[in-house]
Amino acid sequence: MNIHEYQAKELFDRFQVPSPKGAVASTPEEAAEAARQFAGAKLVIKAQVHAGGRGKGHFKNGFQGGVHLIESPEQAAEFAGKMLNETLVTVQTGDAGKLVSKVMVAEAVDITHEYYLAILMDRATAGPVIVVSTEGGMSIEDVAHNTPEKIVRQFVHPVLGLQAYEVRKLTAALGLSGDLAKQFGKLLSNLYKLFISCDCAMVEINPLVTTPDGRVLALDAKFGFDDNALYRHPDIVAMRDKTEEDPREVAASEYDLNYIGLDGNIACLVNGAGLAMATMDIIKHYGGDPANFLDVGGGASKEQVTAAFKIILADPNVKGILINIFGGIMDCNVIAEGVIAAAKETGLPIPLVVRLEGNNVEKGKATLAASGLNIVSADTMADGAQKIVAAVG
Amino acid sequence: MSILVDENTKLLVQGITGSFGARHASLSLAYGTKLVAGVTPGKGGQKFEDQVPIFDTVSQAVNETGATASAIFVPPPFAADAILEAADAGVELIVCITEGIPVMDMMRVKDALRGSKSRLIGPNCPGLVTPGYGDKSYGGCRIGITPSQICKRGNVGVVSRSGTLTYEAVFQLTQLGYGQSTLVGIGGDPINGTNHQEILEMFNNDPETEAIILIGEIGGSAEVDAARWAKEHCKKPIAGFIAGATAPPGRRMGHAGAIVGGEEDTAQAKKRILAECGIAVAETPSDMATTLLERWGK
Repeated sequence: MNIHEYQAKELFDRFQVPSPKGAVASTPEEAAEAARQFAGAKLVIKAQVHAGGRGKGHFKNGFQGGVHLIESPEQAAEFAGKMLNETLVTVQTGDAGKLVSKVMVAEAVDITHEYYLAILMDRATAGPVIVVSTEGGMSIEDVAHNTPEKIVRQFVHPVLGLQAYEVRKLTAALGLSGDLAKQFGKLLSNLYKLFISCDCAMVEINPLVTTPDGRVLALDAKFGFDDNALYRHPDIVAMRDKTEEDPREVAASEYDLNYIGLDGNIACLVNGAGLAMATMDIIKHYGGDPANFLDVGGGASKEQVTAAFKIILADPNVKGILINIFGGIMDCNVIAEGVIAAAKETGLPIPLVVRLEGNNVEKGKATLAASGLNIVSADTMADGAQKIVAAVG
Repeated sequence: MSILVDENTKLLVQGITGSFGARHASLSLAYGTKLVAGVTPGKGGQKFEDQVPIFDTVSQAVNETGATASAIFVPPPFAADAILEAADAGVELIVCITEGIPVMDMMRVKDALRGSKSRLIGPNCPGLVTPGYGDKSYGGCRIGITPSQICKRGNVGVVSRSGTLTYEAVFQLTQLGYGQSTLVGIGGDPINGTNHQEILEMFNNDPETEAIILIGEIGGSAEVDAARWAKEHCKKPIAGFIAGATAPPGRRMGHAGAIVGGEEDTAQAKKRILAECGIAVAETPSDMATTLLERWGK
């Protein structure tokens, strides 16, 4: 789950992580009011979409750029009017673009130096790791590749939490001293609290900046949350903006299905994440192109299978379906009934290959065979993949 | 022999009265597993299927029945507590089936278990099976949710992060007439109790295990670490498979997500390293067993 820039600022404000002054606006009037509130500061207005590349993007109404300097409240209102309820296209949105329903008016800060700061959950040490670099404002992957010595990591004890000496080490690694060091230390401690309190998987600030007037600010942030922990964070769940997500994935999530849309034309419906990935791999191996990852989970109901089927068929690129179920937890017959119910409802306009194995497989296969539907049965994964690739052509 | 559990292992199930736990406890009983106790707070004194005593706490269950292994089926918000309760009661092998436990809960559990005599398998895993000697491997120890009818007693050890890929490999082996010593699903979460390498070490030390299938996926370095260990220490033939060659970067494919710092995180890189370490890498998930048999000289 991603959040908007203005929502990241809300989280920063709540945990006292300093960031540039700013306010969110849904109307030109609100944008003007925000500009008046910060009068005296150099201001910028930014369209709120999850995609990057906003500055160089364009709106479908012809207006250029999703980020602009503004000089007056009137100009804030004018630009907001051209951005709000319009569609912004950037290198990351695809041609369809993203509808802008909010803009942020924020202080445009002057920068002395750009740093990198992130906190991640590290698998190997089973605890948080803090990553800092003096090389901020660029891709951390590039820094890691070109100048790995400029990335400093500090592992944090999973239960003891962030220690003062760890903060001092990281401060020293960034070469900060005096009041800037003090500000950074406070920012880092507060960011760590945010990371733990909100069950984050990742918080990345790039860049973290120092300013000529002696401030340390989080200029741009990216958040990743642990999906498993969202149940205890209704406030974060409320930040979800479904209009930013792939509609197929939104529909899938409503049925607790694990779906990721891809660009190919062979859809797959599989139980278990590992098998779902392997099914995509084997389709590719035999010359096909998977249209999605779809894990119906261990205990899927008939309703979920029907929903999964509909989501798959709603994708106009899909020219064939491979169902691959190894029923351990799952009853093969439940899958069979779900498939038949769905196929009857949708009419099954494209080839369907089904490979069932495991729990109650005989009954599942019998149910499919008795359905009278045009379903091709497969015995192994390889058999199923070859059959669907051949059917799609 | 086998690893971790055998036909005499006494099992308890935490969350035995929930629908999921009950269903699989019942299947384990039907398989001949020595299921000696269930635990559901507030239901102590009742019996599961008129034969397995239910207790309010794990320590009561352990004290009364001598159970040494536990299968956990409790919902995610309570799973960390259930693992810690089992460790506190001295359960030697804790197998957590629960999917969806917050990562930070597991982070704290993992730390709490350091130095403990309990071993954790999972979470988010299918559990493990040591097949029995009876018809359709009846009489084995089934902990978790694996379909036992696909298992057969034999000499191949199987370790995997994914449940359904474990079943796939085991099914292929059994169809070709090769049984398993033990199959272990270690789980798809980023923080788990036992990794590939630890299981490989056990298989390497187990006289009954003659060959091994190691199944992994994108993300993290567990498979690569295990392969590098095996190159130096494991004398038994190993076949490997890595899922996720077609997974788009940066997306969480059902299981846990990828993390910075990983040129070794991709399926292609992992396969290459496995091969360099002397593991026979299966081209497709349909070839896991045949790839092993070829390497094994069967």
